[in-house]
Amino acid sequence: MYELISAALRLASPLALTALGGVVSERSGIIALHLEGVMLTGAFVAAAAAKATGNAIIGLFFGAIAGGMIGLLHAFLTQRLKTPHMLSGVGINLAALGMTTFALRQSSDLYESAPQIAPVVIVLLAALGAILVSFALSRTTVGLRLKSCGENPVAARSAGIPVVRLRYEASFFSGILAGTGGAALSLVGLGAFTENMTAGRGYIALAAVIFGKWSPIGAVGAACLFGLGDALQVTMQTLGWATILPPDLLTLLPYAITLIALTLFRGGVAPHALGIIDGDDS
Amino acid sequence: MMPFPAIIVTMTTPEVVLRGITVAFGSNIALNAVTLSFPPGSRNAVVGENGAGKSTLMRALFGLIQPDAGDVLLGGKPQRFSSPADAIASGIGMVQQHFELIPSFTVAENIVLGAEMRRGILLDKQGAESTVRNLAEKSGLPIDPSVRVAELSIAAQQRVEILKALYRNARILILDEPTASLAPSEASELWAATRRLSVTGTTIIFVTHKLDEVMAEADFVTVLRRGEKTFSSPVSQTAPEQIASAMVGGKTGLNIPIDNKVITPGGTRLHLEKLSVNNHRGSISVVEASLTVRAGEIVGLAGVDGSGQRELIEAVVGLRRSDRGEVSLNGIDISDWSIEARRNAGIAYIPEDRHQRALVLSFSCEENMILGRQRETTFSRKSGILNKTAIQAFFADRIAAYDVRGAEIGVPVRSLSGGNQQKLVLARELSRDLSLVAVMQPTRGLDFAAAAFVHNALRRERDRGVAVLFQSLDLQEILALSDRIAVMLSGRIVAILSRQEANETLLGQLMTGVVAS
Repeated sequence: MYELISAALRLASPLALTALGGVVSERSGIIALHLEGVMLTGAFVAAAAAKATGNAIIGLFFGAIAGGMIGLLHAFLTQRLKTPHMLSGVGINLAALGMTTFALRQSSDLYESAPQIAPVVIVLLAALGAILVSFALSRTTVGLRLKSCGENPVAARSAGIPVVRLRYEASFFSGILAGTGGAALSLVGLGAFTENMTAGRGYIALAAVIFGKWSPIGAVGAACLFGLGDALQVTMQTLGWATILPPDLLTLLPYAITLIALTLFRGGVAPHALGIIDGDDS
Repeated sequence: MMPFPAIIVTMTTPEVVLRGITVAFGSNIALNAVTLSFPPGSRNAVVGENGAGKSTLMRALFGLIQPDAGDVLLGGKPQRFSSPADAIASGIGMVQQHFELIPSFTVAENIVLGAEMRRGILLDKQGAESTVRNLAEKSGLPIDPSVRVAELSIAAQQRVEILKALYRNARILILDEPTASLAPSEASELWAATRRLSVTGTTIIFVTHKLDEVMAEADFVTVLRRGEKTFSSPVSQTAPEQIASAMVGGKTGLNIPIDNKVITPGGTRLHLEKLSVNNHRGSISVVEASLTVRAGEIVGLAGVDGSGQRELIEAVVGLRRSDRGEVSLNGIDISDWSIEARRNAGIAYIPEDRHQRALVLSFSCEENMILGRQRETTFSRKSGILNKTAIQAFFADRIAAYDVRGAEIGVPVRSLSGGNQQKLVLARELSRDLSLVAVMQPTRGLDFAAAAFVHNALRRERDRGVAVLFQSLDLQEILALSDRIAVMLSGRIVAILSRQEANETLLGQLMTGVVAS
């Protein structure tokens, strides 16, 4: 039981960090479909930086920054170039998959183990992130302004709030969180980057945002549920269920939980101006 | 009454002067050298018909648009407002018709947003709520600061908007048609609050087209007509008739040709018997309206915007359910009929908003020509496959008959001019056997030639024995086209006149309730 819970926490914490990033992005009005690409880039850059410097913490830092840069790119595409958010998100995800796969094949030494980070560090970071985001959104001035950008950018602008700049900032910070989540994938346990390492975890994190009704605590809770599903699956495999059920079917468990959760989920309101391209970029 | 704190009373409000304000949208002059002044602490009404330039003038004062010529002066000093933020910084606040509120935020959060009370990086919620509570009490605008705006009535949301302006120290408060969506009791509460504010020196400027509000609530009244100031006077020295005639009188601009043909109408086509209709917000918008439109006559619905004309016509064509009373066509009660059944029974509908309701802009011209008629056996086979040859032949014939310029097969209808789009709609709707044509604002946004074409097309329908019912906010159009005129005021038909009896002054007075029929 203890092992199951610790495995659940370990598997949930990257998802939770990424989902927190999703909450920040979406509450500012930007659809966070790019989370998969952010995670994947974060995972790759973190592994490469850790390998190059021999220091996992430096790897984690660069992974986070790389995630932030992808966040800025998404903001630039959606806010400045008025690209539909879905299109920008899918484009970023496909580009991230292609680029990391290509770079991985160019540098074979990345297959070897890099320095690792203890899982507990990531769990603590996720907990800290949850408290920070929750506190910022509900108690601070910047949180109120950020939410106003996601709810009614016209009203926010007429109240003197620089909507687009705030969205850039939100998207950067969101990328830092999701990039950290991605870095956790490559720096914990395996200690190396593998092709398409995220395998859809960015989308699961986005599902957690929706299932958690766009609240930071809700999103982290949903991420924990999905983490538990993942841990259950691993435990079942080690307990020998794989001889009864095909292992591929067991691997399906977290995704099935996501699907079921989203089907059962009713209510909860998305930020009112989420994904709306507005005509003014002042 | 609560005593007002001394600080508010002693704060001075500058005099507002608008000097030679001119605003043009393309070749259309919305405001032509309008000069006005609003003394400190006064209550001012700006009135006029739709399109007279009232809202444009207020938007120019609030920095939402920049005038092409002229100055805004505060206390004698010229100002340059490049955005509402500049106007707010100079003590001007505006409550627009469409509120800019965030439903999921509380009242206090909405009010302080952008100018928050804070403790370090923290939002000072208690401070904001108590400040808003104080402000609400002092200004006589009761509100619970901790409740979410989504749960508030329209009237309460309006109070939040006013408090938002007052929180930013507005000394000049602009209200754009503030009572348009308020119940009478809510309106009187609003007026009481504006009286209290003006006592403390706040200048109130409100836009309206209700004359009773002007007479009761304003110190000064200014009338705009077609972008020009036609009247300005203290209300105490003004009779309502003067305002009404300044709003509608004195012909300027386009003269629409009047056709004085004597008509001999036939039997009853459309009959409304005590029709009542609720609008989407559940309040009554048409009240026991009774009206008959006979074959071979044109009946025009006159009234200031929002008097129930739209809801009446929508109830006739089936877009809106009637709540009480009866709509009958050729003697048959059609109140419960679907839109399609009504169309098949010979009702054509030409809506006001061509782009939203009459056309699919990205479809080609010939597809739009049969839109809604595609199931007719002429245009499609039983199997549901469209008969392209027949459609194209029909299209070619109709665009020639209605002189639709630029309409070609395969060309999206978006590329046509507004006048030609309207002609295409007419060609589609009128080219079949009809009992009744219902038209909203037939020539809105059209130039003179296109407008004349549309009028002639409707007269041609009348002459072939169709009943025509139309609504227009333009009195000249009402007088030019109608054989009989029904005047609506607050959802009721208050008068039905023959064209010979009607003139602009009389209609203006009936529409605004200055005289009863």
